[in-house]
Amino acid sequence: MEFAFYFSAGVAVAATLMVIINTRAVHALLYLVTSLLAVSMCFFSLGAPFAGVLEIIVYAGAIMVLFVFVVMMLNLGSGSEQQERQWLSPRGWIGPGLLSGLLLAQLLYVLFSEPSSGTVSGATVDAKAVGFALFGPYILAVELAAMMLLAAMVTAFHIGRHEAKEVA
Amino acid sequence: MSWLTPEVIAILISVLKAIVILLAVVIAGALLSFVERRLLAVWQDRYGPNRVGPFGMFQIVADMLKMFFKEDWTPRFADRLIFTLAPVVAMSSLLVAFIVVPITPTWGVADLNIGLLFFFAMAGLTVYAVLFAGWASNNKFALLGGLRAAAQTLSYEVFLGLSLMGIVAQTGSFNLRDIVAYQADNLWFIIPQIFGFLTFFIAGVAVTHRHPFDQPEAEQELADGYHVEYAGMKWGMFFVGEYIGIVLVSALLATLFFGGWHGPFDLLPQLPFLWFALKTGFFIMIFILLRASLPRPRYDQMMAFGWKVCLPLTLINLLVTGAIVLAAA
Repeated sequence: MEFAFYFSAGVAVAATLMVIINTRAVHALLYLVTSLLAVSMCFFSLGAPFAGVLEIIVYAGAIMVLFVFVVMMLNLGSGSEQQERQWLSPRGWIGPGLLSGLLLAQLLYVLFSEPSSGTVSGATVDAKAVGFALFGPYILAVELAAMMLLAAMVTAFHIGRHEAKEVA
Repeated sequence: MSWLTPEVIAILISVLKAIVILLAVVIAGALLSFVERRLLAVWQDRYGPNRVGPFGMFQIVADMLKMFFKEDWTPRFADRLIFTLAPVVAMSSLLVAFIVVPITPTWGVADLNIGLLFFFAMAGLTVYAVLFAGWASNNKFALLGGLRAAAQTLSYEVFLGLSLMGIVAQTGSFNLRDIVAYQADNLWFIIPQIFGFLTFFIAGVAVTHRHPFDQPEAEQELADGYHVEYAGMKWGMFFVGEYIGIVLVSALLATLFFGGWHGPFDLLPQLPFLWFALKTGFFIMIFILLRASLPRPRYDQMMAFGWKVCLPLTLINLLVTGAIVLAAA
């Protein structure tokens, strides 16, 4: 299972890198979907199928669809591609790249200086366990998230209603 | 033959079973194109394709020959990568979802604990097929079809999932084999979960883009919607993908609401596949009958129906089911 984890994690990293350096918006989004699928595979390999499948349903199946939807409506042509290429010129990202490379080196140093004892156990965390955790120790976070979503829904309803009145 | 241990034989047998199920689903999907045309003709007082072979049975061969030898044309203005990817997604995502369907006590590809959720995940990914096909074709009718499809699928997927949560609450499991076993001991879910059945059926029709929810490919307004630029085998994959979707939703309806491979009143328990095939076939017929008899509603009416009727219905159903489960516990 550890091999599966590292393999899908590698795919996720590569796909995310392609999201950043791709100049076509829709192709970049396609890579982002791939990256989310790879992350969900990571969850599967760690023994959390419920989280993995939720990752696909919520992120890849719903949120990314909206992203793709909006990008398609924007009708980005070759002009935006040119612009992206300009923004991605080496001079622009060489400084940030170097600095984040330093941070990555530091992270790797910390990770490998002490051999960790954690391994992939493969014990399955099923939906029931997730439910008990959510409505047990994490009940406050669930309630807060619910309140925020309710506020967002009321706002969306308000905005949509206003426009509908103007049309009528 | 030292490598032929019992474990290897068991693995080989299950791989073989999976391949047989895969082929059976694809062949059933392909044959449906002929069956649908004949049945539509019967219900509309026409003959339908009856020239090639006995009862026109070889029409499917003629169609396939035509499709294979057609020029597989990619428009120069299309986005090549995504244009090719879209039909692959259309056909494979629902085909992959078939692995969670238990066919008989001994047949079925995978016995996943998250069975139903896996189906939702794959159904969620199918929307990319139409979305990408519509966008990559670089054609305004295709794009409009793709946008309609995305909005429709997103709206109907909300209660596609919610409509089945009543079943999950009663059974206490996402596993489809557990759901079948629960129905064998208790009532079939069609009685206690009648509202779940109605909404899931409507959502299932909408997610497979079947009539009367075939707005994304409405011929009158959009020429042919998202696959207007497709030809040859790529178009064929969209076509077969749609029928695979019908087979999948029918099989799920039979499994989730009509007791799967069990017969009514425990009749003939020796023939589990017969019962499964009969129930699935019945729902496929209903799919075709819907297309033969119903007109296509307007797009805004369809969206309003989804959000204002079906979604509240599923929520109330879930609430009442939850209350009953709590009261019984």
